[in-house]
Amino acid sequence: MNKTLLSNSFRFVFLVLLQVFILCNVNFLGYINPYLYILFVILLPVNLSQIKVLFLSFLLGLTVDFFQDSGGVHAAACLVIAYLRPLALRFSFGIAYDHQTLKFQTTAFGERFVYILFMVFIHHLILFSLEIFNLDHILLILKKTLYSGIFTILLILFTMILFRKKAP
Amino acid sequence: MQQIINFLIKYKNTIFFLLLLSLSLFLTIQSHSYHKSKFVSSANFITGGLYDWANDVGSYLDLGEYNERLIRENERLRSLLYEKRAYDSVSIQIDSISYDSPYTVYSAEVISNNYSKMDNYLLLNGGENDSIKGDLGVITSQGIVGIVEETSNNYTRVLSILNSNSAINVRLKKSNHYGTLVWNGEDPNVVQLTYVPKIADVQKGDTVITGGKSFIFPEGIPVGIVRNYHLNKDDNYYDIDVQLFNDMTNIGYVYIIENNNKEELLKLDQKDE
Repeated sequence: MNKTLLSNSFRFVFLVLLQVFILCNVNFLGYINPYLYILFVILLPVNLSQIKVLFLSFLLGLTVDFFQDSGGVHAAACLVIAYLRPLALRFSFGIAYDHQTLKFQTTAFGERFVYILFMVFIHHLILFSLEIFNLDHILLILKKTLYSGIFTILLILFTMILFRKKAP
Repeated sequence: MQQIINFLIKYKNTIFFLLLLSLSLFLTIQSHSYHKSKFVSSANFITGGLYDWANDVGSYLDLGEYNERLIRENERLRSLLYEKRAYDSVSIQIDSISYDSPYTVYSAEVISNNYSKMDNYLLLNGGENDSIKGDLGVITSQGIVGIVEETSNNYTRVLSILNSNSAINVRLKKSNHYGTLVWNGEDPNVVQLTYVPKIADVQKGDTVITGGKSFIFPEGIPVGIVRNYHLNKDDNYYDIDVQLFNDMTNIGYVYIIENNNKEELLKLDQKDE
């Protein structure tokens, strides 16, 4: 249990620093940035109580907000995906989630991909809607969500392959 | 009573979620309104310090370009100085020490700059300890950058002109027609000039400078040139795209301008109303 706590704390700090110092300055084609830090919410242990998941996600988002001067947009977006996480898990992994036997490393690629897709696009849609905060720019919101979402998903898959634990 | 407690226990996750969500939405709405003291700001000890440290590491890469900018600015100032000397020799010498300028200039370094969002801010590594305070204008040697919004002891947060809350009084250099500078969130080097009346003669390539009506920026600081314009038939004002002289994606060092007569001017202004 202690090991899980340690690795998750380390992941929190590492992802936030990576996000605010490098990934938020990518500005590919002028406005496309990946938001890899939500990997923390995606990889939180499945059996962690929902209250803790909500609180940690809120804290994660708020930390990024402090660096980015963006009010509470990251906090709100992270909070919503944390709230919808059980739903996404059940939808993607089905019976394995209900029986609390789910381990990310052992799941099929397709199931994992659906889960990541769901989380990333919900997060990005809320993030950009709140950041732009103007329905006149609905096309810009959708455009940013799509492009940044693709970028984020690629980076998440890449990171998961890079840090894959070896099968025991 | 039992039922209420049962209800609370049953929906504790949802209640906790809604509580945190309303808090974050409150912070979001606050961040979209101008001039409220903001709780979530990077001008604090921790984030400011980390940005400062990261900037120390990265700033060496740009030293060459900053040097070149400084040399170009010195060149320009020096030529102004010689022009003035040539002029002074034929007129009466004025002792420049006794001449009191209404403006004080401070300098600072940009340690964090974003320009890809709708509401952008810059963070400077100088604050109240360097006598920087709220509502001062921020410029570079090439053009305007923004307005100081919030200061802490060692850091300053600047509302960039690339922010939906920013509205700066500017005018056309050749014709004294005033307008307001805003940003539509698209290109970080192109801003929009609105409320220029139909009667003004606007041409592509016209220079736009600050208007000096707001007591924040002195008059005549360069802003950019007119890139595109069309007359809006609905309200008879021009919609003008202005290409900035500044590269907003690469700023480096800035000057902060304080108008020493501001309080006096504001007092007079209020008496008027």
